[in-house]
Amino acid sequence: MNIIVCIKQVPDTTNVRIDPETNTLVRSGVQSIINPFDMYAIEEAIRLKEKFGGLVTIITMGPPQAEEALREAISLGADEAVLVSDRAFAGSDTWATSYTLSKAIGKIGKFDLVICGKQAIDGDTAQVGPGIAAFMDIPQITFVKKIEEIKDSFIRAERMTEEGYDIVESPLPCLITVVKEINEPRLPSLKGKMRAKKIEIKKLEAKDLDADPDLLGLKGSPTKVVKIFTPSPRKGGQILEGEAKDVSAKLVELLKTELV
Amino acid sequence: MSIKVTNEKCTGCKLCVKTCPFSAIEITNKKAVIDLYKCTLCGVCIESCKFDAIVLTKLSPTDIAFPKKFEEHKDVWIFCEQKKGVVQSVAYELLGKGRELADTLGVELCGVLLGENIKGEAQKIIHRGANKVYLVDSHELKHYQDEPYSKVLIQLIKEYKPEIVLCGASSIGRSLISRVAIGVHAGLTADCTALDIDKKERLLLQTRPAFGGNIMATIICPNHRPQMSTVRHKVMKEAPENKHHKGKIIEKSYDNNVYFSRTRLLDIVEEIEETVNLTEANVIVSGGRGLGSPENFKIIEDLAKALGGAVGASRAAVDSGWKTYSHQVGQTGKTVCPKIYIACGISGQIQHLVGMQSSEIIVAINKDPHAPIFTMATYGIIGDIFEVVPELTRRFKELLGK
Repeated sequence: MNIIVCIKQVPDTTNVRIDPETNTLVRSGVQSIINPFDMYAIEEAIRLKEKFGGLVTIITMGPPQAEEALREAISLGADEAVLVSDRAFAGSDTWATSYTLSKAIGKIGKFDLVICGKQAIDGDTAQVGPGIAAFMDIPQITFVKKIEEIKDSFIRAERMTEEGYDIVESPLPCLITVVKEINEPRLPSLKGKMRAKKIEIKKLEAKDLDADPDLLGLKGSPTKVVKIFTPSPRKGGQILEGEAKDVSAKLVELLKTELV
Repeated sequence: MSIKVTNEKCTGCKLCVKTCPFSAIEITNKKAVIDLYKCTLCGVCIESCKFDAIVLTKLSPTDIAFPKKFEEHKDVWIFCEQKKGVVQSVAYELLGKGRELADTLGVELCGVLLGENIKGEAQKIIHRGANKVYLVDSHELKHYQDEPYSKVLIQLIKEYKPEIVLCGASSIGRSLISRVAIGVHAGLTADCTALDIDKKERLLLQTRPAFGGNIMATIICPNHRPQMSTVRHKVMKEAPENKHHKGKIIEKSYDNNVYFSRTRLLDIVEEIEETVNLTEANVIVSGGRGLGSPENFKIIEDLAKALGGAVGASRAAVDSGWKTYSHQVGQTGKTVCPKIYIACGISGQIQHLVGMQSSEIIVAINKDPHAPIFTMATYGIIGDIFEVVPELTRRFKELLGK
C-alpha cells in the first residue's frame, strides 16, 4: 500500500499569547512546526504501512526551509520525502496550491491513498485536500475520524459531520483528510532521527512538473488579497466578584433579555 | 497586492523580524528586507512596526493583467444545504445576505437545492426571498455525497453562469465547494465573516479571519466567475419569511453518469447526545481543566440543559478523556459563534480563544483572576465553578422554567 501524505509547515502558535494590556498577539521567537492536523495524517499513514506494508511518501510545497518539516516526518517513520519548491509558486492561493500539488503527486508514481490534514492552522481553509482530489479526479472522504477497514482496493471510513458521522466507502486510489480524533501521533524514534539526518530529500521545481506556468503562484491564483486589517480587539468587560449567589443573580439579570 | 519597506523610515530595529510568523524578514544593511517568496502578506509585521515603515501596496496593474468583462455572468446563487430533506438554517442566513448583494448588483437571487422529494423546501427558499430556485430532485441526491453533488453544481454553474455563489462553511459546504471551484476554475474564499460589493467593478469583497481572527483579510476574485465563498454559520442574519413572496422553480435533471458516485454512503450516524451540535447552538457552556474530573462535567451539562444549550470542552478536557473530540472548541476542534458562550474553569489558551472569540457574549467563570480568558469576557466571574455553576443552573431554571 503506497501512501502519499501532504503536509504544510506553519508558524507555531502554541508559543503565542495575548498581551493583556494591548490585546495583541505576542510571539516570543518564531518557530515553525508541521501543521498539527498533518501530524495525524502522517501517523495514520505510518500505521497503515505497519499493517499493510508499502511506502509512505511525504510531500510539501513551500520555501526551502520547509525541508525541516519533511525531515521531521521522516524521523516519525515515513520513507521518502519530496519538497516542491520554486519561486514560481510564491503567492499561491488554494486553487494554485491544489494544482501544483496534484502535478507533483503525479510525478511521484503509483499510490493507493493520499492523506491530508483537514486544514492548516494558519489559513484554516480546508480547501486544498478536496482541491487535489478534484484535480486528480479521484474520490475523496473528508474529515475522517476513523478508518474502519481497507480491503480489496476499498476503504471504509467514518466522516465527521456536525451531528455525528457518516460511514463512507470508496475505491482506491482516493484522498482522505483527517481530523484529530483519528489517532495519537507518536514521537520520533532515535533510529528515525538518524535516518532523517541522512536522507536525501527529492526536490521538484516548476520545470519538473509539466504544469501550465500560467496556473502557478500568484499568477495562477484566482483570489487576490486587497486589504489586511486588525479587527478592533475584543475587550474584557465587566468583572463580577463576591458570593456565588450574588454574582449568579447578577449574571442572570444581565443575560435575562438575551434569553427570554 | 504587495508589501514593501520604506527604507527612509526603517530603523533596523528588528521588531518585524521577531513578529513575522514565516521568518520572511531579515535585516540587511540595517534595513528590513522582506523575502516575498516566504511572505504570505499576513500583515502581522505592519502592526508590529512602530515607525510605519512597512506598507501594503495596492493591486498593481500586473496583478490584474487583463481585467475581463463578465457580461454573461449574473445573479447571486445560494447553495441551500439540506439534511434529511430539511434546508439548513445557514442557507436562510445566506439568503438574507444574498438579497442585499443581489439588490446592490441589480440581479436576481437564486437558491440551488439538491435532494429527493424536496419541492416543498424549494418553496420555503422562495418565501425567504429567492426569485428562482434551481431544483434537482433525484433519489441519488437524497443525502449529500461529494461526487454527484459537485458534478450537478458544476453543470448548473456552466449552464446558467452565476456571478456569485455562496455556501455555508459547514462540513458539507467545504467538501463540496472546494471540488466545484476546481471544476469551474473559479476563486474560492473560505469561511467568510463579511461580504460586500464593489459596485463599480462588480467585485465581491470577501472578508475572512486569518490567524484565528487576529487579522482580517479582504479578498477579491477579479478574473474568474463565479466568485465563490463559503460563509461562517451564525454570522449573517436570516432572511425574513414572507409567504406571499413569489418565485420560479426551475427543475433540472441529469444523466445517470452525473449522479454516479464512486464513493458510497453506507450509514449516517447521529450521536445520541442532543447537546453535541455546537455549530447550531445559541448557547454553549464549556468546561475545562478546572473541572478536575469527567464526573464533574455534570455541572456543565446541567447548566447547558437549563439554558437549552450545547456542551463544549477545552482541548485539555478532551485530551484528558473527559469529553469526546466532537465537543472540543478551539484551534484543533470546532470554531463556534453562539449568542452566549459560558467558559467554566477554562484559563483561555490562545488555541481555545480562537475557536470562540466571535461569540456575541462571552461569560468566563474562573477562580484565577489573571486567567487570560478574562481579557475577552463580556462578563467575568472570579469564583469557584463548583459554587457558581450550580447556583446559575438553579437560577436559570427558575427563570426559564426548564
